[in-house]
Amino acid sequence: MISSSKMNRRQFLKRLGVLGGGIIIGFNTFDRHAWARMQRTGFLGAGIPTDYNAFLRIGADNRVVLYTGKIEMGQGTMTSLPQLLAEELYVNVDAVDIVMGDTDLCPWDAGTFGSLSIRHFGIFLREAAVEARGVLQELAADRLKIPGGRLTAENGYMFDRSKPARRISYGELTEGHIIEKHLKDLPPLKSPSGFETIGKSIPRRDAIEKVTGAAEFSGDIRREGMLYAKILRPPAHGAKLIKADTAEAKKIDGLQIVEEGDFIAVLHKYPDVAEQGLSQINTQFDRLKTGVNDRTIFDHLMKSTPAPEIASQAGNLKTGEKQAATIIEKTYLNSYVSHAPMEPHAAVADFNGKKLTVWASTQTPFRVKDMIADRLGLSADSVRVITPYLGGAFGGKSASQQALEAARLAKSLKKPVQVAWSRAEEFFFDTFRPAAIVKIKSGLDSAGKMTLWDYNVYYAGMRGCEQFYEIPHHKEAVHGRWRGLSGGYHPFAVGPWRAPANNTNTYARDLQLNLMAAKTGADPLQFRLVHLKDKRMISVLQAAAEKFNWQPIKTPSGRGYGIACGIDAGTYVAFMAEVEVDKGSGSVAVKRVVCAQDMGVVVNPDGAATQMEGCITMGLGYALSEEVRFSDGALLDLNFDTYSIPTFSWLPTIETVILENPNLAPQGGGEPAIIGMGGVIATAIYDAVGAAVLQLPMTPERVKAALQKV
Amino acid sequence: MLETIRFKVNSRPVRLEVDGGRTLLWVLRTDLGITGPKYGCGEGLCGACTVLADNEAVLSCQKTIKEVDGSEITTIEGLAQNGKLHPLQEAFIEHAGFQCGYCTPGMIIRAYSLLMENLNLSREDIIDGMDENLCRCGAHTRIVTAIETASRRMKGGVK
Repeated sequence: MISSSKMNRRQFLKRLGVLGGGIIIGFNTFDRHAWARMQRTGFLGAGIPTDYNAFLRIGADNRVVLYTGKIEMGQGTMTSLPQLLAEELYVNVDAVDIVMGDTDLCPWDAGTFGSLSIRHFGIFLREAAVEARGVLQELAADRLKIPGGRLTAENGYMFDRSKPARRISYGELTEGHIIEKHLKDLPPLKSPSGFETIGKSIPRRDAIEKVTGAAEFSGDIRREGMLYAKILRPPAHGAKLIKADTAEAKKIDGLQIVEEGDFIAVLHKYPDVAEQGLSQINTQFDRLKTGVNDRTIFDHLMKSTPAPEIASQAGNLKTGEKQAATIIEKTYLNSYVSHAPMEPHAAVADFNGKKLTVWASTQTPFRVKDMIADRLGLSADSVRVITPYLGGAFGGKSASQQALEAARLAKSLKKPVQVAWSRAEEFFFDTFRPAAIVKIKSGLDSAGKMTLWDYNVYYAGMRGCEQFYEIPHHKEAVHGRWRGLSGGYHPFAVGPWRAPANNTNTYARDLQLNLMAAKTGADPLQFRLVHLKDKRMISVLQAAAEKFNWQPIKTPSGRGYGIACGIDAGTYVAFMAEVEVDKGSGSVAVKRVVCAQDMGVVVNPDGAATQMEGCITMGLGYALSEEVRFSDGALLDLNFDTYSIPTFSWLPTIETVILENPNLAPQGGGEPAIIGMGGVIATAIYDAVGAAVLQLPMTPERVKAALQKV
Repeated sequence: MLETIRFKVNSRPVRLEVDGGRTLLWVLRTDLGITGPKYGCGEGLCGACTVLADNEAVLSCQKTIKEVDGSEITTIEGLAQNGKLHPLQEAFIEHAGFQCGYCTPGMIIRAYSLLMENLNLSREDIIDGMDENLCRCGAHTRIVTAIETASRRMKGGVK
């Protein structure tokens, strides 16, 4: 079976990468089910077990346990995944318990990212439930000695349709054991018209624990004899440790010091004393002088750029340019942005000589398990990663270096160890959203129709740049993504940040579109609609316009109205906003944001709305204030005093609309509603004062500078 | 230097032989195993560590244990009485005034201190009073609504 061994899975993924489409030749352990699934769902589904027992277990008490490698970081799948299972298994959702992100108990999973939990893993979960229900029906037919066709399922029981008193509970059939039986063919999934649990705003399961302080995060794990570790960090990326004098620190009572080359850790039974110990180490570092800082970074990045990949193209750019009566050429920039979850990375590791158990704040428990086993020379079976609640992640808890640090120390000291990063460490080791550059050259003919869209994005990535407007001659080229670039480009690590690349691409596209609309005197909404054929995009724009009460007018109108739209994780999303710009100071107040999205089937409407509100609020930050400042590999922003994230007083009125589209399978929910926040505010600022702010974040200084060019 | 510090935590008397310069946050979380108050920034900038000291909201990462000698400390764990949730906790559940939940203990404690002072806060007052507590998930609008709901009920006599 494909998922049965690490090697096979890796080979498998590698081959997929090489062949680029999924034709596998000479693959010797062939799993029909996994193959069929992969055909439907792509490579991420390939490593997930096909045996439904991996996803669920029914106890003798008729309670069902759902097992998933996904984790709960606030996005709410702890609540919505059981809805999917309950729906197809015909049980009450309250009878479902859930175990998440435990590598010893849960089916393998690539990780919680990309808004994939419902739209992707959800399919496997539903299929597991459908098969389990089919098998339960067969078992019940045997036990009740009636034909299976006479049975119907409800609320955890199989009933005789004609004599409802003749029934048997799932628990009586399984008694908590793995079910050995399987179906030859998978029955169909329920059709949306029959949904009972899907589509309901079931309250969050984690609510009571989270409002009483009982919810456990990785840093809340306590083990007998546990030590808290603080690790010596360089003052800048690229700095080399020349010497470290630990003599003073050693005087502190009960302090333990681990020195292995340039890895120096101090441990104590109290974290604050460990911290004090760390500060007593006298160090000398050799630092790099690169001259690269947050102002020179764009020139540095453009000096030598990665080879382009083409995301989409049609027609011929030269023809498009010839047909154009007006050409607009602009360059857009965005700075590095931090994830800054409220919970910094934390992990606890406990090694009993045979098994290493690690509680870690991570989005990728299985990858962390493999990494730890690999780096510490342990077999994969002897490492278990358990994922307590995550205090936010947003793409930033994938690398999970802290888990390895805790594991390494626990193994060498043979004591439980907690590594909990300080806020400064959290900023320092963050895998930032990359600084990026977008160059757009676009053209309009004399009738105001777009003829040309020549789009080049550097370093952000592909997501969200594919063309969805009707433009006869266009090309979208991606020069380097957030993933897969080797050294020399960025001064520190970069990685996925909520809807990676899409925020950058949507910002640049929407501001450019409004600059074009302005040239023709067209209303920005009308300008988009006349270039659209995609019905889903048209309907989200219209829904947003209706909610916002958008009255057509040419921009800049002085009203301060902005517009943006795009596609992310299969979801279509449109934004409208109203801002006020203080011309004197350049500061921008966002008064109102309307967001409409079509995400297909909605599993938990209130949960989906919560995610949209969260996206909109978080998105105010990268639009207006968030950027990481640095110099020669040293970070200048190491806490919230200088790195400013949205607070209560920033709050606009937020209105969300979720379109009904029950015939489309569930699409992404955790990320789409953030992609347009740069664009909708940029176009609103332009509409208010006629200033095109070509760099994110749109700080007061940048708004003032743009105003001077009006 | 070890000192004897006596205070109450969630109505329970505590006596510690401890270096008086240690921070309240870490003494609560480590020595006393009370993990509701969270570390978020360590510099009094985020509010995740907020607790009540004699009914006043304080940032426990900025207080030494000596400073709270003789005080009555209440953490999120001490808000529910006899198994009954406080109206704020109820309202946070009802409006889903949280996502990841990491900032929630500090949010609820801060809101509690605001409502202790004044049950007639406007939405603007609430926003103003909560502004130094950070939330990264963007649960802000729901948090404000939850506080409004709780305030209304508490005015009506609900405890």
